[in-house]
Amino acid sequence: MTQPTKKPTPQGGLTRRNVLKGGAAMAGLAAGSDIIRGFPTVWAQNIKDVTLNHTGQSYSTLIDIARQASADLGFKVEMSVTDHPGMTNRIVNDPTSIDIADTEIWQTKVFVPLGKTQCVDVKRITSWDKMTPLYTQGVFAGNEVSRQGDSPYEIMYRESRDATSFHDGPTEWATFMPGVYNADTLGIRPDLVGREISSWGDLLDPAFAGKAAIQNIPAIGIMDAIMALESAGHVKYVDKGNLTREEIDQTIGKLIEFKKAGHWRALWNTFDESVNLMASGEVVIQSMWSPAVTAVKAQGVQCVYQPLKEGYRGWGNGLALMGHLEGIRLDAAYEYLNWYVSGWVGGFIAKQGYYISVPETAKAHLTDNEWGFFYDGKAATDVITSPTGEKTNEAGEVRDGGSYEERFSKVGVWNCLMDEAEYQYAKWNEFNAA
Amino acid sequence: MKKNTLLITYLQVAPLFLVLLLFVIVPLALVVAVSFFRYQVLVGLVPDFTFKNYVDILSNSTNWWLYFSTIKFTVIVLAITFVLGFWISYFLVFHVRNLLTAIGLFLVCTVPFWTSNIIRMISWRPVLGREGLINSALLKIGAVDQPLEWLLFSDFAVVVAYVHLFTLFMIVPIFNSMARIDPALLEAAYDGGASRWGVVWNVVLPLSKTGIALGAVFVVTLVMGDFFVISVMSGGLSGSATSGIFNDLQFLNYPRAAASAVILVIIVLMIAAAIFRLVDVRRELAQ
Repeated sequence: MTQPTKKPTPQGGLTRRNVLKGGAAMAGLAAGSDIIRGFPTVWAQNIKDVTLNHTGQSYSTLIDIARQASADLGFKVEMSVTDHPGMTNRIVNDPTSIDIADTEIWQTKVFVPLGKTQCVDVKRITSWDKMTPLYTQGVFAGNEVSRQGDSPYEIMYRESRDATSFHDGPTEWATFMPGVYNADTLGIRPDLVGREISSWGDLLDPAFAGKAAIQNIPAIGIMDAIMALESAGHVKYVDKGNLTREEIDQTIGKLIEFKKAGHWRALWNTFDESVNLMASGEVVIQSMWSPAVTAVKAQGVQCVYQPLKEGYRGWGNGLALMGHLEGIRLDAAYEYLNWYVSGWVGGFIAKQGYYISVPETAKAHLTDNEWGFFYDGKAATDVITSPTGEKTNEAGEVRDGGSYEERFSKVGVWNCLMDEAEYQYAKWNEFNAA
Repeated sequence: MKKNTLLITYLQVAPLFLVLLLFVIVPLALVVAVSFFRYQVLVGLVPDFTFKNYVDILSNSTNWWLYFSTIKFTVIVLAITFVLGFWISYFLVFHVRNLLTAIGLFLVCTVPFWTSNIIRMISWRPVLGREGLINSALLKIGAVDQPLEWLLFSDFAVVVAYVHLFTLFMIVPIFNSMARIDPALLEAAYDGGASRWGVVWNVVLPLSKTGIALGAVFVVTLVMGDFFVISVMSGGLSGSATSGIFNDLQFLNYPRAAASAVILVIIVLMIAAAIFRLVDVRRELAQ
């Protein structure tokens, strides 16, 4: 690891300045920070009085995690859920309303240049060495991870605590602490598709006209579209993670063609919509997130998260520390981050199909059967349940796509923010309107 | 003495003026100001004075299409809610003899509003879906052999939801106007030899104009400002002018979103002005 060029300034000075900058907006702490403002040396405030706000998107910002954290840590962790645009908007325009930002990889490209977060000091994360190299080194199972799209390694490091650009190669300052991640693919109704599904291109098969859906979240929906269009031979891309204007035009043009031909039953906006579309049989093949597949199965409806030959669409989240955190609140935040990768969270989210950045700690929080099913790709020896206890798989079943290693070795492209994002979003709007 | 009354008048107007200043004029002025700012990708807004946002919007055929489709929905919904609102109010005011029953029935109209907007809208899905109530009924009685796809995730579904959500906004003002019509006037018209339709056309309709105009303003602003109903009920297959604003916000493009908002405000104001030109609400209310 390279040494950071700039040593962090001693705690006291930074602390005081940042408080004066107007941080610590949390109502409950207003009184506490007033004391600090006048007398920086007074650290009488007890860590038990701290309340941390963890803000993120619905799929990873789960109230169960906050409850468990509050119980284990002794101070209070609150969750607030927002959607993708809401998340970037909150971080940029109301940064002090958040303490821990649970963001997607590509979202860091929006707020890091604006200096809204401080880096995570990797020395203060005790299990940093055990983090998956997927994030920390850009390799997985010995092979380099796909760089099409925003792979986690590319945004992982910065030069100093408050740097506003990314650094190529490891430093001691991480943009965020790696959190949950997964490899996404298409969801299908095996009882209704009536044939083998093996490629992203199958999403565009005329046989599924009026029975296919794609997600209406521009940043992610377009990735599914790109995978499908390339595989079906409609469009050729140079870099699927960074389209040129011409490629965007072609992509959206094709999507509109399919829309006008009545191919799409719906464009879904929210997780529950995708669950309902699938469970009701309105749609038989569509973009899907892993917990949505779990939710459909929990209703007793057959649903497969189908591995496809072109590989998965990878995504990942991390926990970023907001710039205003300091002193005892920063200490609490580091305690929370360390707790987050200490096992409980990993065990909990494994049951909705996600992986955690420090897999080995999750092992202690899963039964041998669950670990074998979710991580090792082994046949379940007993029923597998969702985080809330509903049965999702029978004994003898194998996870769709196989083991952790098998699935993540086949990531073809990452969720991303393209250079032509502005143009891409405007064009996506045309797809909506057409 | 005269000066004194003037002062008192100003003082009387002041609270309302302050409220409007604080909650209408200032925010609107900010939106207008931002609409001329420059957008820098991923950074947000940069103070500037440029017409680029307006040029972007007006030179893009998609936006024209979006406005066209929004206005199409507005006109359709306006027509349906007017017909429903007018006849429901007519029935309540002139056909139900007992005032208590009329008020009771009027309250029944508001029952759906005891639940949230979203629930009322989402509840159409199991009714209209491919495997929904209507389709299974039609299939059972043999009226169709394939489920009707256009019931859900279509313009039809959007209109159904709008009508369901917004008809009450038509009923209330029209009911209010009609309730102020002296029943003796109708008797006199009948006595003078007017037909049933003649009375409706020549007496009731003109005297309900204020209510119709106010109801129309409600419906127009609600439909033009919507992006959620349309996105949910069309399954994301249709957009509205407002959904363009929402999409812009997804990547922090406040300047263009503000410019879209300004254009939308201008269009809505123009429609409202046209409605109020047809009906002088102030005069009618003063009567």
